[in-house]
Amino acid sequence: MAAQYVMSIDQGTGSTRAILFDQGGRLVSVAQREHRQHYPKPGWVEHDAMEIWRNVEHVARESLHRVGAGADQVAAIGIANQRETSVLWDRRTGMPIGRAVVWQDTRTDELVARFAERPDAALVPERTGLPLATYFSAPRIRWLLDRVPGLFERAERGDVLFGTMESWVVWNLTGGPDGGVHVTDVTNASRTLLMDLRTLRWDRELLDFFGVPAAMLPEIRSCAEVYGTASRAVPGVRIAAALGDQQAALFGQCCFSRGEAKCTYGTGGFLLLNTGESPVRSSHGLLTTVGYRIGSQPAAYALEGSIAVTGALVQWFRDNLGLISSAPEIETLARTVEDNGGCYIVPAFSGLYAPHWRSGARGVIVGLTSYITKGHLARAVLEATGWQTREVVDAMNADSGLELNTLKVDGGMTADNLLMQFVADVLAAAVVRPMIAETVSLGAAYAAGLAVGYWPDLEGLRRNWHRAAQWLPAMDPARRESEYANWRRAVERTFDWVQPNPGSSAR
Amino acid sequence: MPGPVQSIERAAAILRLLARGSGRLGVGEIATSLGLAKGTAHGILRTLQGVGFVEQDRASGKYQLGATLLHLGTSYLDVNDLRSRAINWADALAARSGEAVRIGTPLDGKVLVVHHVFRPDDSLQTLDVGSLLPLHATALGKVLLAYDADVASQLKDDDLAWFTRRTLVTAEALSRSVARVRELGWAAEVEEFATGLASIAAPIRGYGGLVVGAISIAGAVERVCPVARRADPGLVAFVQNAARAISRDLGAGRW
Ligand SMILES: Nc1ncnc2c1ncn2[C@@H]1O[C@H](COP(=O)(O)OP(=O)(O)OP(=O)(O)O)[C@@H](O)[C@H]1O
Ligand SMILES: [Mg+2]
Repeated sequence: MAAQYVMSIDQGTGSTRAILFDQGGRLVSVAQREHRQHYPKPGWVEHDAMEIWRNVEHVARESLHRVGAGADQVAAIGIANQRETSVLWDRRTGMPIGRAVVWQDTRTDELVARFAERPDAALVPERTGLPLATYFSAPRIRWLLDRVPGLFERAERGDVLFGTMESWVVWNLTGGPDGGVHVTDVTNASRTLLMDLRTLRWDRELLDFFGVPAAMLPEIRSCAEVYGTASRAVPGVRIAAALGDQQAALFGQCCFSRGEAKCTYGTGGFLLLNTGESPVRSSHGLLTTVGYRIGSQPAAYALEGSIAVTGALVQWFRDNLGLISSAPEIETLARTVEDNGGCYIVPAFSGLYAPHWRSGARGVIVGLTSYITKGHLARAVLEATGWQTREVVDAMNADSGLELNTLKVDGGMTADNLLMQFVADVLAAAVVRPMIAETVSLGAAYAAGLAVGYWPDLEGLRRNWHRAAQWLPAMDPARRESEYANWRRAVERTFDWVQPNPGSSAR
Repeated sequence: MPGPVQSIERAAAILRLLARGSGRLGVGEIATSLGLAKGTAHGILRTLQGVGFVEQDRASGKYQLGATLLHLGTSYLDVNDLRSRAINWADALAARSGEAVRIGTPLDGKVLVVHHVFRPDDSLQTLDVGSLLPLHATALGKVLLAYDADVASQLKDDDLAWFTRRTLVTAEALSRSVARVRELGWAAEVEEFATGLASIAAPIRGYGGLVVGAISIAGAVERVCPVARRADPGLVAFVQNAARAISRDLGAGRW
């Protein structure tokens, strides 16, 4: 039977989902499974890579099963993944070496501080477009290699492999120890601190700087080309795309031209602006990164405002405080009050990312009085996402010299009308949601479909983009300014909570 | 303000009594424990049984707390939850049908719009989440009337206001229309709310098959009802499929 669908696998921070899309870019089937979050110590976040691989297998099959389709009806698979999360594994057994270290993990803070003190540290931002921070992979690889005696030598021999989650998934899909293909794509590689942003290759000097053996690294490929054919989960299907989830969302939102931007609200929030064929340096705390690269075409670059904690704060409110029983109930609770009652929550759980880049920051709740109810706290939870968006949009405007007047949004939090209205209010800009909230998956599917000719070109994809909802700003400008001033004062109170204190645990 | 209602106080006392200890008591034991006449206790127990708050063991004739009561706190579906869980399917429905999609739940004798997806033509449209629609003049409302006895009982004759000359404003006409919805499993409305517009809706079922809301498409009569003012069967199938997909995700089982 002729291939009818493209499958995407979105290996996210909280869950893994497989979605089938039809030719019109419409969702046909979804299967999703959450995996465990391990928090062995404050600041540490880990995933079990084996559990994730089993989930990939499960959801891929399940998405087909739900519509009674077979693997032969799938034209190609595209993969999107949580970025920077790093795993090492044994090439021969296919077993991970320890758990995967997740992007939010801050265990490398002291290591990063030591790297930053080196005289040649300026090399890192210069070549990679990224600040030296715990967020990225290279310090994590180093930390893992230092932990286990003999691991470095095994890595040098290529017996131990490194990968971010797309590498791990592709390697397993293509056979694992039995012929698995060890590749990554330019977007994921651009987050390791090991790739030169201009040449799009591993950089010898960066490898030396971090002490990472080249033999353990995957081959860097474009985002849309056939890497191999699956021999497991969906046997016979070509694996034809891989992108970091945020870049996949940029692609799924059809931000194909310079100046187009989107913000995705999941565990964290990520604003990406397509800057065209050359990387643009930020002077306001944004990252320079690869947006995507289709086959042998020139890469498109992006400026990125990364917010570590958006949906994760809602999750924390639900799981750790137990004040709601599902994430969407935050809106119900928030609507029980008129405003935040003077309360602000700054969720600097893993330090603050863009535009501050303060790894020593930790979260605060300020403005508590006996007047504050859980309704006010719920408001403050949602408003934190709004104000953090405002901060990165301000930085984006300052860097680009343009004034953003419409923000394209996607991700699970866009189902929250109160939040989306608040984002429009604090940005004084229209907020627009496209007709598919799962743009991460759609972007991966688009890239895979392009690679195998299921879709002919970008213009065709653009025609699938439609506005599903729009929120227009309605907040009084004076109120916007005074609230923003309060927010900024709250943010200042998070700075330097963790004192560098060598010798003892700094938490 | 009126004082407390004695029979409700007594019902609450019975529920408290059943909630502790062994949890199974005969009508005599209950009457003695609470100092009630046996006939009074029996009447209250029968009423509580009717709403599912207590159950009677067939063999022993003893009473215990009903499953409905145990699930009281969890069966309620938050409207924001409903939106989050329906959003993917509502989007796909709008993309397939080419029409605007709404999800509605009952609120005080009206339909509360809890979710709205624009018609995918990128024309100027305004989000109407939070607005209220009439039960009797919309496909969403007819579905809710058909499957939710509470909703139907709240609708009074003087709620049946005119919107167009086709609006069903008599109780008989409406109940015929609603009976038809039950037969078909979906509802349509053709120019009953606004001239030139038609809509099609199907029920969204939650845990245990209970109808928790309805999903609809609405658009120009020529598109939604292209032949003989009848709902287009292809569009009806899209709406029903979306409703089923959402229901399945909500744990409705096979509907
Ligand atoms: N209605 C809502 N209001 C506020 N937050 C919500 C709502 N619904 C979901 N969320 C939050 O959104 C997040 C889920 O969104 P989404 O499914 O896009 O994330 P994700 O893809 O699982 O994240 P990741 O890719 O990082 O794993 C959760 O953190 C959840 O708390
Ligand atoms: Mg995601």
